Amino acid sequence: MGYTVFYLSAIVIVPLSMIFFNTIPMGWEPFLNAVTAPRVLASYRLSFSTAFFAAVVDAFAGLLTAWVLVRYRFPGKGVLDALVDLPFALPTAVAGICFATLYSPIGWFGQILARWNLQIINTPTGIVIALIFIGFPFVVRTIQPVLEEMELEIEEAAQCLGATRWQTFRKILLPHLFPALLTGVTLAFARGIGEYGSVIFIAGNLPMKTEIAPLMIMSKLDQFDYAGASAVALVLLCISFSMLLLLNAVQEWQQKEYRS
Amino acid sequence: MPIIQKAKSKPPVAKKRVSDPISIQILLIGLTLLFFIGFVFVPLGLIFSQAFQKGWSFYLDAISEPYAIEAVKLTLLTVAIVVPVNAVFGVAAAWAITKFNFKGKTALKSLLDLPFAVSPVIAGLIFVLLVGSRTPFGSWLGELGIKIIFSTPGIVIATIFVTFPFIARELIPLMEAQGRDEEEAALTLGAKGWQIFGKITLPNIRWGLLYGMILCGARSIGEFGAVSVVSGHIRGQTNTIPLHVEILYSEYNFTASFAVASLLVFLALLTVIVKSGMEKHFQKNSFHL
Repeated sequence: MGYTVFYLSAIVIVPLSMIFFNTIPMGWEPFLNAVTAPRVLASYRLSFSTAFFAAVVDAFAGLLTAWVLVRYRFPGKGVLDALVDLPFALPTAVAGICFATLYSPIGWFGQILARWNLQIINTPTGIVIALIFIGFPFVVRTIQPVLEEMELEIEEAAQCLGATRWQTFRKILLPHLFPALLTGVTLAFARGIGEYGSVIFIAGNLPMKTEIAPLMIMSKLDQFDYAGASAVALVLLCISFSMLLLLNAVQEWQQKEYRS
Repeated sequence: MPIIQKAKSKPPVAKKRVSDPISIQILLIGLTLLFFIGFVFVPLGLIFSQAFQKGWSFYLDAISEPYAIEAVKLTLLTVAIVVPVNAVFGVAAAWAITKFNFKGKTALKSLLDLPFAVSPVIAGLIFVLLVGSRTPFGSWLGELGIKIIFSTPGIVIATIFVTFPFIARELIPLMEAQGRDEEEAALTLGAKGWQIFGKITLPNIRWGLLYGMILCGARSIGEFGAVSVVSGHIRGQTNTIPLHVEILYSEYNFTASFAVASLLVFLALLTVIVKSGMEKHFQKNSFHL
């Protein structure tokens, strides 16, 4: 046990606290200046909005996939089920160059979209696409177990009482799946905010337009602006943590509701 | 925060079930397939088509040129250090959390989730701040002739940080489900701590441990953001495989970049296959999972 605590403090607590120690000497005024610079604000806004949209798409795609994988039988199901984990296992840089090539104006998808004058690469849409890929397994893998455990009797009862399939889904299944869905979506969202490798290739990294927050940290580091980099990181960290805390609180509240 | 984990639950029930009309089934399966085609199958196909665009000999050259070999070696070295270190830690943490009661247990558990919530770039940044050459601790190490950032130790440490929860997260539910009965029985029969661990605990958790190690290894091979911050991108010295892919790509050497990337795809596919194979195995022979 002593070993565990020691290891954790050496690997996690001490390094993480460095962010605070590097920010504190800055003083309040320069800190605020650093994190409210227009370019930094734009990057926060971009990271949050793209991660949000990607998480919403993942909610639908994840729910659909989990449903199909748990409830239906069809050839190739095992393969799909295994491939859900691919975004976890595939190095993010590989995903990044892959999507960047696919959606470039001469790429397979990019060519088709170019006919309608749609450009994906170097736009926020491209970032959303990369983040959908990255966040997808989080949603599927949190819903799947809950759906598997669900008693079919409840649905049967609903049907016997004359509910249509859609009513059953909306009134019975969805409320039951909601906590898991929320967890999965929050995880995908949190991951999306911090994601770096898969995004930088497709984003084009244009200042004010497609520069994500982790990239801001990176470029400040490249200029040896350690204090500035920690300031940007501190804000990002605080936001991700409060989001996870909020999620925990919501889950506890839901469990209480569920019991009573 | 629950880790993503597939339910290893009961086998499918054979009884007649409520189900949707066949037309809806086909529609939903079709939509799912469409999503997979767009986001998984076509991208995978693209990687291989790009990698082999200039033929086999170019492919083989790209993956066997000296810088590529150095990158593979460095990545393998990193994995060889990170996985055992995290395995020891993972077992110790899971052991401490499940077999003892103490204050701050919940805090410890949430600390385990931390790397999931931290951006990989921040994971790299904190180690630059801690032991980089411009910090007091780093310059002291520098005087001793130890260089951590922009060299292999930095890459290893950053990777350890990013991957340390995987094994503990896999073991905690497993060890919780097993309870302490067997260990306590052994204790009353006079077994020593290490004997109990080696003869009872370890055999009980070996599959979970292996599973966690596979996930940890896969993530160590592919880690990009954190490693990118601490590596310094020195070709042939501090370039891991993903970083090598990035450099080739940014030099517009796309075919070579995808060739090296295809190696990582093979590894990722292998991981996914082994993972789903082990899950099936668990479901069949499970007494606790």
